[in-house]
Amino acid sequence: MSSKSVMALLGSAILAFYSSMAFSSKYFHPEPQSVIAQETYDQHITALWICLAIFIVVFGAMFYSILKHRKSVGHKAANFHHSTVVEIIWTAIPLLILIAMAFPATRTVVAMKDTSQPDITIKATGYQWMWGYDYLQGEGEGISFFSKLSTPVAQLEGKETKGENYLLEVDNNVVVPVGKKIRVITTANDVLHAWWVPAFGVKQDAIPGFIRDLWFTANKPGIFRGQCVELCGKDHGYMPIVVEVMEADKYAQWVAEKKKASAAVMNTAAVGN
Amino acid sequence: MTQSVTKINIVMSKKLLIFTVVMFCFGYALVPMYEKFCEVTGINNLLQPDVVDKNIKVDMSRTIAIELDANVRGMPWQFKPLQSNVKIHPGESIEVMYEIRNDSDQEISGQAIPSYSPRFLEKYMKKFECFCFTKQVLKPGEARQMPVKFVIDPQIPVDVNTVTISYTFFALQPGK
Amino acid sequence: MAVVQDVHGHHDHHPSGIMRWVMTTNHKDIGTMYLWFSFAMFMVGGFLAMGIRAELFMPGIQILEPQLFNSFTTLHGLIMVFGAIMPAFVGLANWQVPLMVGAPDMAFARMNNWSFWLLPVAGLLLISSFFVPGGAAAGGWTFYPPLSAQGGLGVDMMIFAIHILGASSIMGSINIITTILNMRAPGMTLMKMPLFVWTWLITAYLLVLVMPVLAGCVTMLLTDRHFGTTFFNAAGGGDPVLFQHIFWFFGHPEVYIMILPAFGIVSEIIPTFSRKPLFGYSSMVYATASIAILSCVVWAHHMFTVGMPAVGQLFFMYATMLIAVPTGVKVFNWTATMWRGSMTFETPMLFSIGFVFLFVIGGFSGVVCAIVPIDIQVQDTYYVIAHFHYVLVSGALFSIFGAVYYWLPKWTGHMYDTKLANLHFWLSMIFFNVAFFVQHFLGLAGMPRRIPDYSLQFADFNMISSIGAFGFGLTQLLFLYVVIKCIRGGEKAADKPWEGATTLEWTLPSPAPYHSFETPPVIK
Ligand code: HEM
Ligand SMILES: [Cu+2]
Ligand SMILES: [Cu+2]
Repeated sequence: MSSKSVMALLGSAILAFYSSMAFSSKYFHPEPQSVIAQETYDQHITALWICLAIFIVVFGAMFYSILKHRKSVGHKAANFHHSTVVEIIWTAIPLLILIAMAFPATRTVVAMKDTSQPDITIKATGYQWMWGYDYLQGEGEGISFFSKLSTPVAQLEGKETKGENYLLEVDNNVVVPVGKKIRVITTANDVLHAWWVPAFGVKQDAIPGFIRDLWFTANKPGIFRGQCVELCGKDHGYMPIVVEVMEADKYAQWVAEKKKASAAVMNTAAVGN
Repeated sequence: MTQSVTKINIVMSKKLLIFTVVMFCFGYALVPMYEKFCEVTGINNLLQPDVVDKNIKVDMSRTIAIELDANVRGMPWQFKPLQSNVKIHPGESIEVMYEIRNDSDQEISGQAIPSYSPRFLEKYMKKFECFCFTKQVLKPGEARQMPVKFVIDPQIPVDVNTVTISYTFFALQPGK
Repeated sequence: MAVVQDVHGHHDHHPSGIMRWVMTTNHKDIGTMYLWFSFAMFMVGGFLAMGIRAELFMPGIQILEPQLFNSFTTLHGLIMVFGAIMPAFVGLANWQVPLMVGAPDMAFARMNNWSFWLLPVAGLLLISSFFVPGGAAAGGWTFYPPLSAQGGLGVDMMIFAIHILGASSIMGSINIITTILNMRAPGMTLMKMPLFVWTWLITAYLLVLVMPVLAGCVTMLLTDRHFGTTFFNAAGGGDPVLFQHIFWFFGHPEVYIMILPAFGIVSEIIPTFSRKPLFGYSSMVYATASIAILSCVVWAHHMFTVGMPAVGQLFFMYATMLIAVPTGVKVFNWTATMWRGSMTFETPMLFSIGFVFLFVIGGFSGVVCAIVPIDIQVQDTYYVIAHFHYVLVSGALFSIFGAVYYWLPKWTGHMYDTKLANLHFWLSMIFFNVAFFVQHFLGLAGMPRRIPDYSLQFADFNMISSIGAFGFGLTQLLFLYVVIKCIRGGEKAADKPWEGATTLEWTLPSPAPYHSFETPPVIK
């Protein structure tokens, strides 16, 4: 075998190695925790299969001709240079495939936008560099707090060993009940931020002066982590989002505790300034 | 290079330069175009009272839940709605109250900017009174309750049943 | 530079020494300067990339404080896009367009000189902004307000640099359009032009279409920053989202500006080494034109998370997916060109095949990004970083490498060192994939872009990616060595070193004389 084919083989082996490593591990979508996240996941898997099929057809043909139609094996060049039929076929087929891909996506887009009749509405406000949450409506109405990175600075500087949830932990989690439709309104205090929790399949920019919204319904209790995903200055990498999903009764308990705590401190409604 | 080629080259470069200038202006034209686009699709925030059709019909068969929200940016004010949400029938006119309070020891003026979710609500929400139409000036420690009066046009798409009205106060520099 | 100078052994009526380069109006000299400038900027941008990857080698803050890290990513992006890739293509156009259409020089030789000499000014502005108080711009190469309204002098220097770069591009484009439309040799009809010329014609039109819009956009940002306008400030009735619309109205065509000439280059190289005419020449031209037109109506696919109404998202999703059709046509045409050819695999061909292979991977991830629900997941994560490096590095950059190896014999009169050049290809290919393939998975697993530090779950893949990036960076020094070696000497190149080449430049001697086609060739 020539050194070139050894190289090519090595290359494909590495590619195959790290794809398989990734698919079977933490390096893929986090497990979907909501209907939208599930639909997104399914559509991505379908898209990957379609890409793989096209890839095999196109590069199968290309590598076949690279192997067989080379001068070094004595292949003589043909002289054709167009074929209307073939060209129409390979314009039409991709078009049909794309339409097939767009169809389910359209349904999901419409579903994502349906933020009506939420059980609970929470406002998430991006600050440089933390999140503020206000429970506007539903069970827990009136609760309001800030949520800041809680990883100690010593860990960032490498003076302490890094904990399990390094950079993905906050002092106050956003708490929501399981199975309820949660609507999150996003806005920002200073610059753009974006509120993202991958497990729920939601991401929405937070824009100063304007509100936007998103919704999710968590399938099961647990703690789900995300981060700010719109560059917002120096500490953009240090404003994670942690959503804690609780059973209804636990949630009620949490609300009661929060209310008690805030009654003690004078409640200042508008967190801003 | 022959004389004639040079000439047509210069003519062409002039055309392309003019085109460049046109595109530069087009960049600026995108600003009003964006506003216009937002207006027809109802995304825009007009800070002017709407004229309301007197004969508007109330649609008793539908109820819309309105959530109210308030934000303050960069000024020592408190700003909140006095009720977190209201339910109304499309076509029915309603008044909601907001409160602002100046916590500082200086006179400060601010301007409220409304924002809606869903964004096309703007098109169907007819406000005839709002504190966002003018700037608000508050003396040190002063508090003020301010109404917003509006109707929601019964034309609003039937699948809309929860909406949010949000205001954000921004500080105005003195002299503005 | 001295080495380059004696490449053209002619000394007729032009000043020598440094003044030759400052004053030159010769398209070959200017092309050479563009290419060297681009390489210098590639080294600077590469240095910044190495800094980024070194910081991301492992979790924790090691060498770059977060603010400086943001400046590194911002300037890396700006310098690579405006300093490395675009000038390289303009340099290639300067050298090759007159040679390929049989013109004696560019239409406006003096303006050509100006448009080049604006570049070093802009480059210096960008680099020196690191040393002013407040540091370089740190709002990303997309510099979205209100964040970009916060920065200091560095941001103003960036805005000014963009103005200059824009002016340079516009002058360059006017020159290229005029040369192509008015100065073709007799008999060279539009539909006989080589594809490299065609793609550049369309690219140049895109440039005069969108560069002024970018200029307007940064001007608005400047007046917002200093003169109290509120285009992008909600407090005064503006809207930050408007900036994104204007920016991407420029920005999406911009990415095609960086890939269409690459399509042209590959469409020259593949037929040459397949010894077979390009399959579907006219469908290539139409595909290029339709990509250019479609590219003007897809911009908001960069904004699927700003909260557009559903109709907006759907429109931009469909339009974006549609672009995959003409792009697919191109890939199929290249494959059909190779089919039943008589191929050999010299370095330019290797880079072209590498280009097609990896560009298709980038195209696939592009289609995936076009699907709104999926894009909402991957937008602003490392998945997107992987996607656009597949189209920019293994797309645009690989095609530039291919073009340089393809035309070096014509430019210098010498063959390059084949062994080392092939090594350059294979090392680039391997290290590129090691660096960037893993980033798809980092993004899917939830790693945002533009962050200086990350949680522990991402540690091992980031380390792999950094190792690949260092390897890729070092490999490019080999490229520099091969090019210098080729300029200084080497086997004498034939006038037509590639058996299957058909375009006009190969009818000239190697190296191409300082003045060529003073009497236009006649094309039958
Ligand atoms: C030497 C090989 C290269 C390496 C190792 C590299 C590495 C990187 C990395 C790690 C980032 C991500 C920064 C972040 O979001 O945290 C980045 C961003 C970027 N790169 Fe490269 N890059 C390379 C070459 C190029 C080239 C040739 C281009 C050509 C146009 C390019 C264009 C960009 C752009 C536009 C960004 C986005 C900058 C931003 O986020 O504002 N890169 N690169
Ligand atoms: Cu951020
Ligand atoms: Cu785009």
